[in-house]
Amino acid sequence: MAVKILTEHINVPGINTFDVYRKMGGYAAVEKALKKMTPEEIVEEVKKSGVRGRGGAGFPMGMKWSFLAKPEGVPRYLVCNADESEPGTFKDHFLMREIPHLLIEGMIVSSFALGANKSFIYVRGELMYVIQILEKAIAEAKAAGFLGKNILGSSYDLELVVQPGGGAYICGEETALLESLEGKRGNPRNKPPFPAVKGLYQSPTVVNNVESIANTPWIVNNGGDAYASLGVGRSTGTKLISASGHINKPGVYEIPLGITVEDFIYADEWCGGIRPGHHLKAVIAGGSSVPILPANLILNLANGDKRLMTYESLSDGGFATGTMLGSGGFIAMDETSCVVRNTWTFARFYHHESCGQCSPCREGTGWMDKVLERIEHGKGNMHDIDLLVDVAKKIEGNTICPLGDAAAWPVASAIRHFRDEFEWHVKHPQEATQPGAVYRGAMELV
Amino acid sequence: MTDTTTPITFTPERLAKAQEIIARYPAGKQKSALLPLLHLAQEQYGWVSSDVMDYVAGLLSILPIEVYEVASFYTMFHLDPVGKHVIEYCRTGPCCLMGGEDVYGHLKQKLGIDTGETTPDGKFTLKEVECLAACGWGPVFQIREKYYMNLTNGKVDEIIEELSKD
Ligand SMILES: Cc1cc2nc3c(=O)[nH]c(=O)nc-3n(C[C@H](O)[C@H](O)[C@H](O)COP(=O)(O)O)c2cc1C
Ligand code: SF4
Ligand code: FES
Repeated sequence: MAVKILTEHINVPGINTFDVYRKMGGYAAVEKALKKMTPEEIVEEVKKSGVRGRGGAGFPMGMKWSFLAKPEGVPRYLVCNADESEPGTFKDHFLMREIPHLLIEGMIVSSFALGANKSFIYVRGELMYVIQILEKAIAEAKAAGFLGKNILGSSYDLELVVQPGGGAYICGEETALLESLEGKRGNPRNKPPFPAVKGLYQSPTVVNNVESIANTPWIVNNGGDAYASLGVGRSTGTKLISASGHINKPGVYEIPLGITVEDFIYADEWCGGIRPGHHLKAVIAGGSSVPILPANLILNLANGDKRLMTYESLSDGGFATGTMLGSGGFIAMDETSCVVRNTWTFARFYHHESCGQCSPCREGTGWMDKVLERIEHGKGNMHDIDLLVDVAKKIEGNTICPLGDAAAWPVASAIRHFRDEFEWHVKHPQEATQPGAVYRGAMELV
Repeated sequence: MTDTTTPITFTPERLAKAQEIIARYPAGKQKSALLPLLHLAQEQYGWVSSDVMDYVAGLLSILPIEVYEVASFYTMFHLDPVGKHVIEYCRTGPCCLMGGEDVYGHLKQKLGIDTGETTPDGKFTLKEVECLAACGWGPVFQIREKYYMNLTNGKVDEIIEELSKD
């Protein structure tokens, strides 16, 4: 059995309560951190662990922490990003619901390491029931002396605030999140200044994903080297994968980074294969933003080697033949899936979620939505396909925040790998618009 | 629906809760309480009218426009009256792969309304939303705090019949 850093105890009955969590060894990291370590030592262990941000960008967590500005007399903040809105991603939802104290424990050791006395967990507003679970966990931890004033007699004070969002994907982008937390519209800020210098309330701020922070108790308990010994190369530790689509066992899996994609899809320990009687057509491996790959390319690299579940292997080949690990939202599609339709739902999503601040994103996402809708409904022409590629290219790299890129990549990659299917929609509109109609041309299934 | 004859005010419990929320933020940063207070207001009134927004602005000592521009940015706030139960179904890719479109079609048929509409008896409003972070458990809809997952036509029937009772 693979090592589990986050989910080892997730099936223990009552693990969502303080008492059971504590009995299973919970909050030991807070004791160790506050009594035996300095904040600098914790930052050092996190650096050594090589853990990379789990929110999507994969930026090394220890390095981000070491960039935090520390001017005298100015408060510093830690903000946990629990906005989880990237289509295909539901791991943070799962983790907070099942084992809320793990995040609370991680918030305490991380806040201590960063010198923050008030920290926030920004949860998407739709997950109000999870907010209630977290608030209960915080009250329990406080009653047990792990939060509040003078924690465990260490003279360290910490208050945790759970903040609800209001329904806006863009608030997952860290500067939009900070705007939202200040009670404003979720418009991303221009960078620099970066949050590490001017973040929440213009004070130095670290924003980290739920899963990133949930790794810190284990790192404090076992050391950064032990963490770094798991995984492959620069993909250290484990990763939560949200698996959805046409697999036998959709759900959240904690995998050791470095298993093969094939194993992840077909082994009983993970997804358990494609649903009976069907075959794999395509995979979106890291949430809706990352390039879609056809079955043969997700399973194998261009050189024929098996592709691994790591940051490096998933991006091997660049966008020509590769993709990205992203947030770990793994969407498997069998031969009944229409790539055009799926791409359109994503384009519609980005159009709906664009904050509208920059014209390439605001206008471009609108165009892609409109043109894809046209093609999907049998009203497209051949020129539309190239128009989509052109619009995607014009958005990419020309916007304030990465939502623009995130909107362009799914469209560009779908056309790159499934152009036949788009052309079929244009050439055979009547056939293509029959309910459930799917292109069954020269496509490699696995 | 908001009774426009009585002035807008939180119930005593909600007012206490609102004060507690405002006190969470550093001095002078009370505007951070805006989203939590809008949720609280919607919980009480079902939707967020301009009177409600003015009231929230007063509680936070900010301008009404600061509340309007925020309430209209976020999709969770209903700026028009809604039915007793607002059903918000996820229309994004992964839920569609799991047969969402069929299930939602059935839901519309069952209620006799389309997206954005409210049943004539005022019981149900149907809204289309984006990914609810429950893709592996799709198709999904949400009614207030509650998530209804792994939906089938049969489950939809049961849920609607149950909610129709009250
Ligand atoms: C449009 C957009 C949406 C994002 N959504 C999320 C999200 O829901 N959760 C998250 O942790 N990071 C999200 N991110 C990434 C954050 O901006 C940020 O990189 C991350 O929270 C940093 O934490 P990490 O380093 O621990 O991953 C998003 C980024 C963009 C551009
Ligand atoms: S890229 Fe899109 S979402 Fe990001 S700031 Fe510009 S308009 Fe807003
Ligand atoms: S796509 Fe429906 S919950 Fe994510």
